[in-house]
Amino acid sequence: MENQALDEIQAAGTLEDLEMVSVRYLGRKGILTAFLRGISSLPEDQRPDAGKKANQLKVKLEQMIQQARSRIQTAQTDQRPGIDVTLPGRRRGYGSVHPITRVLDDICGIFLRLGFDIAEGPEVETDYYNFEALNIPKYHPARDMQDTFYISDNIVLRTHTSPSQPRTMEKTQPPVRIISAGKVFRCDSDLTHTPMFHQIEGLMVDEKISFGDLKGVLTTFVHQFFDRQTALRFRPSYFPFTEPSAEVDIQCVICKGDGCRVCSKTGWLEVLGSGMVHPAVFENVGYDTKKYTGFAFGVGIERMAMLKYGIDDIRKYFENDMRFLGQF
Amino acid sequence: MKVTLSWIKEYIALDLEPDDIASKLTMAGLEVDAVEDLYAYLQEIVVAKVLEVKKHPDADKLSCCVVDTGSKTPAQIICGAPNVRPGMYSACALPGVTLPGEIKIKKSKLRGEVSEGMLCSGAELRVDTDAAGIMDLPGAPVPGTPLTRALDVSDTVFEIDLTPNRPDCLSVMGVAREVGAFVQPNQKIVRPDVTFPRQRIGGTSIHDHARVDIKDPDLCPRYSAGLLFDVTVGPSPFWLRRRLESVGLTPINNVVDVTNFVMMETGQPLHAFDYDELAQGRIVVQKAGKAMEFTTLDSKVHQLDPDMLLICDGERPVALAGVMGGENSEISVNTTRVMIESACFNPVSIRRTAKRTGIASDASHRFERGVDPDGTVYALQRAMNLIADLSDALIAADIIDACPADPVPLCIELDPDALNIRLGTELTVAEISRILESVEFRIQPSENGNVTVSVPTFRVDVTRPEDLSEEVARLWGYNRINTTYPPVPAKGRPLAPLILTRRSIRGILNGLSFYEAINYNFIAKDFCDRLHLLENDERRNVVQILNPLSDQMSVLRTSLVPGLLENMRKNISQQTDTLHLFEIGKTFFNTDLNALPEEKEMVAGLMTGNRIQPSWYAKKQALDFFDLKGVVEDLLEGLGIDDVNFTRLADADGPYFESGFGAKIHKQGNLGNLGKISRPVLKRFGLKQDAYVFELNLAALMAHMPDQIQSKPLPRYPAISQDVTLIVDRQIPVGDVLGEMKTIAQKEFLVEDTYLFDLFEGSPLAEGKKSLSFRIVYRSENKTLTEKHIRKLHTAISSQLVKTFHADLPE
Repeated sequence: MENQALDEIQAAGTLEDLEMVSVRYLGRKGILTAFLRGISSLPEDQRPDAGKKANQLKVKLEQMIQQARSRIQTAQTDQRPGIDVTLPGRRRGYGSVHPITRVLDDICGIFLRLGFDIAEGPEVETDYYNFEALNIPKYHPARDMQDTFYISDNIVLRTHTSPSQPRTMEKTQPPVRIISAGKVFRCDSDLTHTPMFHQIEGLMVDEKISFGDLKGVLTTFVHQFFDRQTALRFRPSYFPFTEPSAEVDIQCVICKGDGCRVCSKTGWLEVLGSGMVHPAVFENVGYDTKKYTGFAFGVGIERMAMLKYGIDDIRKYFENDMRFLGQF
Repeated sequence: MKVTLSWIKEYIALDLEPDDIASKLTMAGLEVDAVEDLYAYLQEIVVAKVLEVKKHPDADKLSCCVVDTGSKTPAQIICGAPNVRPGMYSACALPGVTLPGEIKIKKSKLRGEVSEGMLCSGAELRVDTDAAGIMDLPGAPVPGTPLTRALDVSDTVFEIDLTPNRPDCLSVMGVAREVGAFVQPNQKIVRPDVTFPRQRIGGTSIHDHARVDIKDPDLCPRYSAGLLFDVTVGPSPFWLRRRLESVGLTPINNVVDVTNFVMMETGQPLHAFDYDELAQGRIVVQKAGKAMEFTTLDSKVHQLDPDMLLICDGERPVALAGVMGGENSEISVNTTRVMIESACFNPVSIRRTAKRTGIASDASHRFERGVDPDGTVYALQRAMNLIADLSDALIAADIIDACPADPVPLCIELDPDALNIRLGTELTVAEISRILESVEFRIQPSENGNVTVSVPTFRVDVTRPEDLSEEVARLWGYNRINTTYPPVPAKGRPLAPLILTRRSIRGILNGLSFYEAINYNFIAKDFCDRLHLLENDERRNVVQILNPLSDQMSVLRTSLVPGLLENMRKNISQQTDTLHLFEIGKTFFNTDLNALPEEKEMVAGLMTGNRIQPSWYAKKQALDFFDLKGVVEDLLEGLGIDDVNFTRLADADGPYFESGFGAKIHKQGNLGNLGKISRPVLKRFGLKQDAYVFELNLAALMAHMPDQIQSKPLPRYPAISQDVTLIVDRQIPVGDVLGEMKTIAQKEFLVEDTYLFDLFEGSPLAEGKKSLSFRIVYRSENKTLTEKHIRKLHTAISSQLVKTFHADLPE
């Protein structure tokens, strides 16, 4: 009887059907009611057990009927007409920062956590701070490394963020830990160069700062910006304001070092210029070259953003096409 | 700079794979950009066996040959070579192959006969000089074999991207020296002997024929010269031409080719004069002294400045010192006596001359980076030996070596501890010494554990102990230096307010659905005219770039507006016609040509298109001035700047706005402006659709931003509102009425807020009138206000407004 009652409760599709089931078993003339009534006619020794079982069944059926009632009611309210929630919402819209800003903020954030401060300088710069103070005198061949926009003989659009080094050191005594971010300009425009781009410069000066420390800080930076698995390679190079100088290559983030179009099949990507600050730079700002050493580095933001977001064309950055900006 | 493996092997014995050499050079600081097989093109050329030779029916000098090129069927090839014969093995270029000199081989018809390829001479394939007939390969190579295999030729070209500090490696010997330092055990380069063989010496002394005077020893610290007699100028032998071509130089004649060869070999630029063109056999090294014209050997005429260094003979200039020789004294087929110059010039002087004349020669490239002051004599003697051999000439018994001051090798005192601190290494003196000696530095012990390092004269880049640290580091290996972390004190400064302000602005504008744009700082000079700026507008004080990339990028912007309008044009052309853009960036004002321009950082925004796009719940609505004003108000409030005034902008201050549609934004001083771009200006930017723009000065905004937020307690009693409607002249700005109400509110502390909730114009109001309805919110700090409490105050305020604005109250 129990199983049959439960089956009927489950099968009831409407409240009316359920009511009929309820009456059939639990009503005044119901099957279970009748059984309960009949207990008194059983032999005395069977009565307590039969009574207990019948009462348990009664409680159980009542519970099941209550559950079935909820189920049927819910199913019925779901059929009521409501709003069409699939209609699009009234959107307020939102904007985003330029991908360059995003990467600048990311990188600044990493160095801020490492205890660096942010310094800023003018975008139009004197020849002195852009070149001379950085050990690049007039008619130095290294000036060929940076095609310069001139405003006058002695005023240029800064070709790098490095002028922030002498500008900061003139005002501060070691220890110095700064980064400087911003626009830089070079007289160069083709598929892979725009005449304006962005850099972040870093400088750390203190007693006994070593090339090993430079490697440590830049490794931390690369691991935080890309991921901890990214391998780094330090390669001798030349910048007039550092000695020794190093280019920093990272394992290609596209092919993971197997060689692809982006890394010209080498497996490596050149992303940073760096080195130990040249003593001539310290002399120009009056630092004691016997006491202090330091390192400096520069990183191109457009390239980092290209690698991070898979951007294929540097010119996209400054066209400000919404179809591009909207992706970030 | 290009060098070949076979050339490097002239100076050191080497058993390394080309790729290995390339990566080791790169990791030693000589970045190898490309590694190429010099004979790659020979891979395409195949061995061919000539099977039959018949006379061409229609041409006397041509033969029709049947040739086995290794394919299934023999090919017919028409050949003009006299030495072609059946049974010979030769080299064949099949259709599709490109020969040196960009000669493309195609299947073609020669006088009616089909030719399916070309049998080649050694000269055509640049493997020897024989141009008289097709190649006659020895033995019996299998037809179809690539010629590289058949001839067993191979060489590798390394293309090195040299940094400007390493002029010593602008030579094959220099590169070989570096290679010798990374093979184990280290190898020193072997330089060819340059003693003049006795049979080549012509007897007389050069001093009997020539004289060298250095008038300006600062600009020319050394000038060595040699003289050759009985020179026969002619083409160079194959090996020499091959060497020059392999590194990208063009052979000219045996004399000039030797000077170029020795320059590539040693790094010392040389120049050959026709001695008989030198007046009085004299060489005078001096500055031009006055402006003049000079014709270089490439037949170009240059204007010379007085301070340019010249090589003169007894009468006139014959060369632009260290840059290029003169046409008047160059080597010709008739030259028989040759004077060779091997000199050392001041790098700055050379660079200045090269820059001003626009000449970038292989010589100037080396001199401006610095050549070995002690290398002139060796290079001179090397060149004289080679010329004497190649042109069967005689050598004067001695040379001239004018050297006003003897070059003294530089000695640097090196403290190994300081070096190890700088690098983060623990290298012993022995290790440091071995490394430095591998590239020809010499080490002597000195006091206090220091060493004295004698710098080879060709290393003009090494002048101080830090330079030695780089030498040690690069040859030890940057990647073998331990990665360490500097101890950083736990103190820092707060971020600069400017940086925080930019972040706030970006955040607020992003939230208001504005996207950030970044434009170039430089724009077309005509932007001032396109914005209709008046003649005396300060934004016309633009900073000009002396060497702009184009007219479109010739001045620095004094406003962010033109950049945003340009972005709008570009986006509309890409069918994006509703836009919310902003930019934070600097503008530049020319104050004094000799000083840095004034840099003003601005934030500007542009809105165009629809406030509401067509949708299921609303019809589309075009946005207007008040949409943008709302953005500006939200931005200012978000930055914590209150009580900002908007007043009508004079046309002169906002000439790009439609008259009457521009507002000045100010609080004490000027903060910026906003408005609707006028039709004529839109047209100048190629736009048709309405655009609204604001521009705010960042420094001015920051001056009004609160240093900190001060929280106030929340009110404990409810507020009560009363309305007042005024009928005023239409000309009266609502802002004036709201301003007056604000003034009242400041006096009456029960007034908490006032705002406009209705504006009505037209019938039944009289012409020229408008009705303004304001709500005034009253609240007390210590009790619940009722209408009774404020009746008197509200009436007083209403009356004052009526009086101030000559208003009527509605009936």
